[in-house]
Amino acid sequence: MTGAGAGAPSVVACPNGPLIVRGDVEIRDERGELLDPHRRTVALCRCGASAIRPFCDGSHKLTGFRTVRPEREPAVVYDELTRLEPGPRGRR
Amino acid sequence: MTISAPVPVRTGERWPMRLPEPRGEVSGLVIERLRGDVASALDPAVAAAAVRRSADLLDDDDVQLALFLLYELHYGGLDGVDDALEWEPEVLAFRRELERGYEAALRALIPQPHATRDVPEALFALVEAADDGPGLSSWVETDATAEQVREVMVHRSIYTLKEADPHSWAIPRLHGRAKSALVEIQADEYGGGRPERLHAEIFAKTMRELDLDDRYGAYADHVPALVYASMNLMSLLGLQRRLRGAIAGHLAAYEMTSSIPCRAYANGFRRLGLGDEAADYFDEHVEADAVHEQLAARDLAGALADDEPDLADDILFGASACLTVDGRLWASVRAAFEAGGSALRKPLDEARP
Repeated sequence: MTGAGAGAPSVVACPNGPLIVRGDVEIRDERGELLDPHRRTVALCRCGASAIRPFCDGSHKLTGFRTVRPEREPAVVYDELTRLEPGPRGRR
Repeated sequence: MTISAPVPVRTGERWPMRLPEPRGEVSGLVIERLRGDVASALDPAVAAAAVRRSADLLDDDDVQLALFLLYELHYGGLDGVDDALEWEPEVLAFRRELERGYEAALRALIPQPHATRDVPEALFALVEAADDGPGLSSWVETDATAEQVREVMVHRSIYTLKEADPHSWAIPRLHGRAKSALVEIQADEYGGGRPERLHAEIFAKTMRELDLDDRYGAYADHVPALVYASMNLMSLLGLQRRLRGAIAGHLAAYEMTSSIPCRAYANGFRRLGLGDEAADYFDEHVEADAVHEQLAARDLAGALADDEPDLADDILFGASACLTVDGRLWASVRAAFEAGGSALRKPLDEARP
């Protein structure tokens, strides 16, 4: 996902996630109204669950949206702790 | 959704922060030394001893405050403190003992993760695995009182009034795609050329909307040790080139756990009758961080792991450290709220003049 040149648009599909759009593009909503994306690089919803469509709000993680088949083996493994137990964890 | 009315950026009034009250021997010694009291030279053995006798370094008020103040010399500075102390060997030697202790405590607490396939996929799995308890954001969304929301802002203010700064230390230490991705994220954090859209500035505006003091460190005596542990983690990882992988991983985990909680925060603000101006900071982060999580996981962390494969474990360690320390901080705040109490060390109306 390297950046596009100045003005040249690029769209990159993220696995299990949104479309990342860079470059000089016009984004309009369903009524044809021009939208202000507020930033140079935007993420467009691909799962349909975003509350701020056409932009992504991270909802794909809550709905289990998949574009690639899950692997059987875990993506991450951990060393065993020898001294202490991990503290309580929570969300922000 | 954009509210871009010009906001006065009163940097000169907001920094440097005032020295807080000491919380024990080590922070007391640091404060005396920073004030210029030559009689209290910093002895690294004192720092090492404090680390050794600490039962829980993450939640150690004295050590975490001392470390925070020493790091602050690299950021906005401290009122009445000689700026030259930033690179004073005696000060650095003392800080190094605290840093060694903190890093050792983190390594003992956090199981080292390893990616079985690629780093971005491992990061998404790490974040999903850490999402295992009710968060503070869902409390704010449905239950928090207006006073608890003000407390949340106070807890966040130590980092967020200088939001993104600790990760910027990594810019000259990265190259190629990873550097480009980090700068792309940071440019957005810093408002894309519009000072009033600096994320730290939007946060300051939200503090003012809630009748809170937006000067840096105004609530330095109020916030608990875990606030400083969270801030110090970022400085620890950001200020050391050998830990550049870990600060990249920290940023990735931070951005990957932001969009959905920020939406809950914005909903909570509106439930309490707070308007768009007050919710602006969180609205902005729903959208911004949905972009940043992809950039940070794939273009920053993924590219860094491709370019420097030896850093893969550090990237995941930094991510786990972020999830562990911040998770513990926000879980403790939620627990205090659920119990009907305050998560601060003293009531908010006891702010300093």
